Amino acid sequence: MTDQKRTIRVEALSRVEGEGGLTIHLRDGTVDAVELRIYEPPRFFEAFLRGRAPEEVPDIVARICGICPVAYQMSAVQALERACGVEITPEIRLLRKLLYCGEWIESHSLHMHLLHAPDFLKCESGLKAAETHPDEIRRGLRLKKYGNELLEVLGGRAIHPVNVALGGFYRAPRSEELARLVPCFEWGLQAAIETVRWVAGFSFPDFETDYDFVALTHPDEYAMNEGTIESSRGGSWSADTFETAFEERQVPHSTALQCVRRSTNESYLVGPLARFNLSFDRLSEAARRTAGEIGFAPPCRNPFRSIIARGLEVVHAYEVALTILRSYREPSGCRVEVRPGLGEGCGATEAPRGLLYHRYRIDAAGLVAEAKIVPPTSQNQGGIERDLTAWLPRVLHEPDDEIAHSCERVIRSYDPCISCATHFLRVDWDRR
Amino acid sequence: MARPRLAVFKFASCDGCQLTLLDCEDELLAIGEKVDIVHFLEASDRAESGPYDIALVEGSITTAHDAERIQEVRRQTKFLVTIGACATSGGIQALRNWGDHADFLRAVYASPQYIDSLATSTAIAEHVPVDFELRGCPIDKRQLIEVIRSLATGRRPRTPSHSVCLDCKLRGNVCITVAQGVPCLGPVTQSGCGAICPAYDRGCYGCFGPAAQPNVVSLTTQFQRAGTAVPELVRGLRLFNAAAPEFRRESDRLDSSVERQP
Ligand code: SF4
Ligand code: SF4
Ligand code: SF4
Repeated sequence: MTDQKRTIRVEALSRVEGEGGLTIHLRDGTVDAVELRIYEPPRFFEAFLRGRAPEEVPDIVARICGICPVAYQMSAVQALERACGVEITPEIRLLRKLLYCGEWIESHSLHMHLLHAPDFLKCESGLKAAETHPDEIRRGLRLKKYGNELLEVLGGRAIHPVNVALGGFYRAPRSEELARLVPCFEWGLQAAIETVRWVAGFSFPDFETDYDFVALTHPDEYAMNEGTIESSRGGSWSADTFETAFEERQVPHSTALQCVRRSTNESYLVGPLARFNLSFDRLSEAARRTAGEIGFAPPCRNPFRSIIARGLEVVHAYEVALTILRSYREPSGCRVEVRPGLGEGCGATEAPRGLLYHRYRIDAAGLVAEAKIVPPTSQNQGGIERDLTAWLPRVLHEPDDEIAHSCERVIRSYDPCISCATHFLRVDWDRR
Repeated sequence: MARPRLAVFKFASCDGCQLTLLDCEDELLAIGEKVDIVHFLEASDRAESGPYDIALVEGSITTAHDAERIQEVRRQTKFLVTIGACATSGGIQALRNWGDHADFLRAVYASPQYIDSLATSTAIAEHVPVDFELRGCPIDKRQLIEVIRSLATGRRPRTPSHSVCLDCKLRGNVCITVAQGVPCLGPVTQSGCGAICPAYDRGCYGCFGPAAQPNVVSLTTQFQRAGTAVPELVRGLRLFNAAAPEFRRESDRLDSSVERQP
């Protein structure tokens, strides 16, 4: 065989949160290496959280990501509350879950309709998809809107909520503010079920990977805001021991760090598919019923089908939120007093796109001495590269722009939040 | 008239401001009819080259590469709008301007030599002329729609420059500083959010940046008298608009006043 050398550049990966690059090294027609390069400029959150008062942290970490600010706020408050030895009340716990439901709904509906579905509908954007599928896209936007409205009522605004405080909330929502949302959420639950039926009918490439699924699990709930970290290959850890089992490493081609399991030295998968596979039986009733109806059951190892798992999680979040909204009574107190002092604490929650871990150490003056944040995308980065390596041989015969497009599809199934991971997805082809 | 060609660009940021465009659920499809969105990587595969009639720029300049990229965006664009605190004042990442950049790099990366990053985070206007600035972290949806609507019809957008306090009155909020003694940056912060924080029982933390001609010194002096410690005031000013001149000057003044104390 002759030594083939070819370099093709595809400028930008679209429909992801943020920007990154992809370099594919081909040698004699086979895949040599795949590098997902995230060159989102670093923003140094961990560095400038030092010296901050713990109560400032929820506002600051929200700015890591505009798409999942609640996830950052929730992991942070939990870690800081543990560091300060504070227990929150059941009412606050419930309101936090409700807030998180708003974010799952808003983020998943956005990803499904505006970012991911266009791949299956073979068009450039959600706006274009709205021309051929007006009802479905409008339904998706409305699903998303009610998620945002919940965030606005409970959080003050949808992006970077202002109402999350260390120890609880600055102000509890009034009964009538939440009651107003009940009819919207009743509509949403039905509409989300319709959406799952719709996306389940897409045509999915026949492609499976043997993932190590990692997610929070909880004995009684589909874990969202709290639980034990579990792996499908065995092993379970509390948030406090996350760093004994998982490790972040820097790779030269990316400003985002990459995570591996220490014991296997291998990448693992976090996100909706991981959660679905580990906690299917704890999905809400309507979500389980819908899954049964479309014949979607664990194990699912096809990354493209993550859109179905996401859809089921929207059903779940709508149902859970509806239950909380219906039974809500204004609590007597919405904030437990926190007195920061020497201590260390970890927190882990399920961001829409996967496990999010925070650790803080507080010094004697009551200020943050050290912060560590491991976002979902850095955990999934290695897995994305592995998937691409496995996927590429199937499409190498295609024209270059087709190959690039199909790689982007693989990446988009992950819903990578590159601004979290630290963005600019540019695909460089290196064919030798 | 042909629909104006609109482009959205991202620099160092969290995506929250461009997401605000996608959060205009009810208006999104209508906006798509008024303007032709020809470049918006977060939402579309369509990535046409310029010239553009309108460019919405999110994020601040933190790498040498981005400092060049913004020049190109400017050359291609008729009306350049910065969206958000990052693009308008350097954002939260401008906190590096006060720190030791090499130390920040080491705190996050084992091998800092691979990372392209400047020691400063600067607003877009420090690099190229900007035609309109939309404030906020994140920007406000209604203001964004106003900007797109007016530009689409060839009108200059209008957004208020009064302080959050006035919005508090309009919203019927009880003043949290007067009633509860909570420090609030509302008097020196530009309106735009509709006074969200005081409505949620907390002080404004200045996410829309300084209002027109703010008297920051008098406000911080007042808070000091009421018992707020200087480092707390410095941290309060050094958040999402830390590098906005009025906030920066005052935080530096306060900071050096502590250092000068014996
Ligand atoms: S101004 Fe705030 S919301 Fe907008 S991109 Fe910057 S950090 Fe995000
Ligand atoms: S609460 Fe803040 S913004 Fe509102 S009136 Fe008082 S000082 Fe002004
Ligand atoms: S009150 Fe102040 S901090 Fe709160 S949202 Fe408005 S401008 Fe931002």
